[in-house]
Amino acid sequence: MIGIVDYGVGNLYSLGSSLSALSLEHTVSGDCDVLSACDRIILPGVGAFADASKKLNEAGLDKFLLQQAADGKPLMGICLGMQLLFDVSYEFGTYKGLGLISGSVCPLLGDLPGGLKVPHMGWNSLNIMRDDSLLKYVKQGEYMYFVHSFYAKDCDADVIATTHYGIPVTAVVRRGNVMGAQFHPEKSGAAGLAILKAFSEI
Amino acid sequence: MLAKRIIPCLDIKDGRVVKGVNFAGLKDVRDPVELASFYNGSGADELVFYDITASSEGRRLFTDILERVASSIFIPLTVGGGINDVSDFERVLKCGADKVSVNSGAIADPSLIGRAARIYGSQCVVLSMDVKRVGGEYRLFSRGGRVDTGIDAMQWAEQGVSEGAGEIVLNSIDTDGVKRGFDIPMLTELCSRVKVPVIASGGAGSAQDFVELFNKVEGVDAGLAASIFHYGEVDIHELKRLLSDSGVPVRI
Repeated sequence: MIGIVDYGVGNLYSLGSSLSALSLEHTVSGDCDVLSACDRIILPGVGAFADASKKLNEAGLDKFLLQQAADGKPLMGICLGMQLLFDVSYEFGTYKGLGLISGSVCPLLGDLPGGLKVPHMGWNSLNIMRDDSLLKYVKQGEYMYFVHSFYAKDCDADVIATTHYGIPVTAVVRRGNVMGAQFHPEKSGAAGLAILKAFSEI
Repeated sequence: MLAKRIIPCLDIKDGRVVKGVNFAGLKDVRDPVELASFYNGSGADELVFYDITASSEGRRLFTDILERVASSIFIPLTVGGGINDVSDFERVLKCGADKVSVNSGAIADPSLIGRAARIYGSQCVVLSMDVKRVGGEYRLFSRGGRVDTGIDAMQWAEQGVSEGAGEIVLNSIDTDGVKRGFDIPMLTELCSRVKVPVIASGGAGSAQDFVELFNKVEGVDAGLAASIFHYGEVDIHELKRLLSDSGVPVRI
């Protein structure tokens, strides 16, 4: 059973239907007891870091997720959910993240060469840096769907794939049982579904 | 490298696809869910659903369909038509749409763009505009291209982006339906004026028109079309191979 963390951020509809299409049992919940009973957890998220982080903390889900990660349960963050795994975000201020992966979340604007549009929106190809069970069904150069204006950096040790948008942009990270995707696997066609399938087998 | 997107657009009226669709092996299909699944598996990078229903009963049908479509496709879904207020954004996003396209609703009340962007984020707000040349200038039209607003289209686009629109669909009334290619000069002008993704619409008659679009308009991000895809005149897989061979980055 995969638990999708519901903390009032973003649209969980497509994620649920992606897992259904893969015949993977899942539940959408903000209740620690329900999520605790799941054998793996997905942390989704769309919107602003500060707001999402606040909602996570208010629901007591921050401490819960830290404990689950420490217990070795597979945990995957998607998009803003991935960014929440990091130490800190500089999205319109300075906000503390879960600190499960070392690094910081910074604006693309400023780091990108001139002329590139922000948000980084659309299909971009993965540059897989090393073999990892999360990407076992994904080919080098496979396209995924990205929508974001901030990105994770200073996290080289845990990056397993980047995408190129003027600069290398962190696309997939993993530290042990904690992993994250900057793009939306649930919006990335068959290639995205393959990542969700691989996650269910970790 | 960021890929150029190919986007089929489906017009929905009273819960059915307008005019139906004729692919090889799929004759006169009017079920939006079946068609969305077909496109999901045939190389489309995104889908646009446009609700041209006028009645509230039809609108309820549309949202029922959206839910079913959203749960059967795994690519981004943009929804437009009848978006006049933030509550309309809420209505379609709740059904699983990823982006919402505004047109006449934003002309009637430009503050709609900013209000929606603040709640849902700019990436969710698509400004769709119908533009026609009038007396040597690009003029914004409303009500499905029927009413000349007198507004300068390029200034409108700049205003929309500064209010928070995250993407622009430019439909050229001058080339729409003519099937002799996209409106290259109009798109070039728009791409020089805004720094958000631009989707070209109106005029695609062949696969070669997309090659010309992406080769001539450097800043354009996507090409949108309806009938040439629906009637099987252009196969998306073949189109993408042609684009790739012509040096245009696409998702294959």
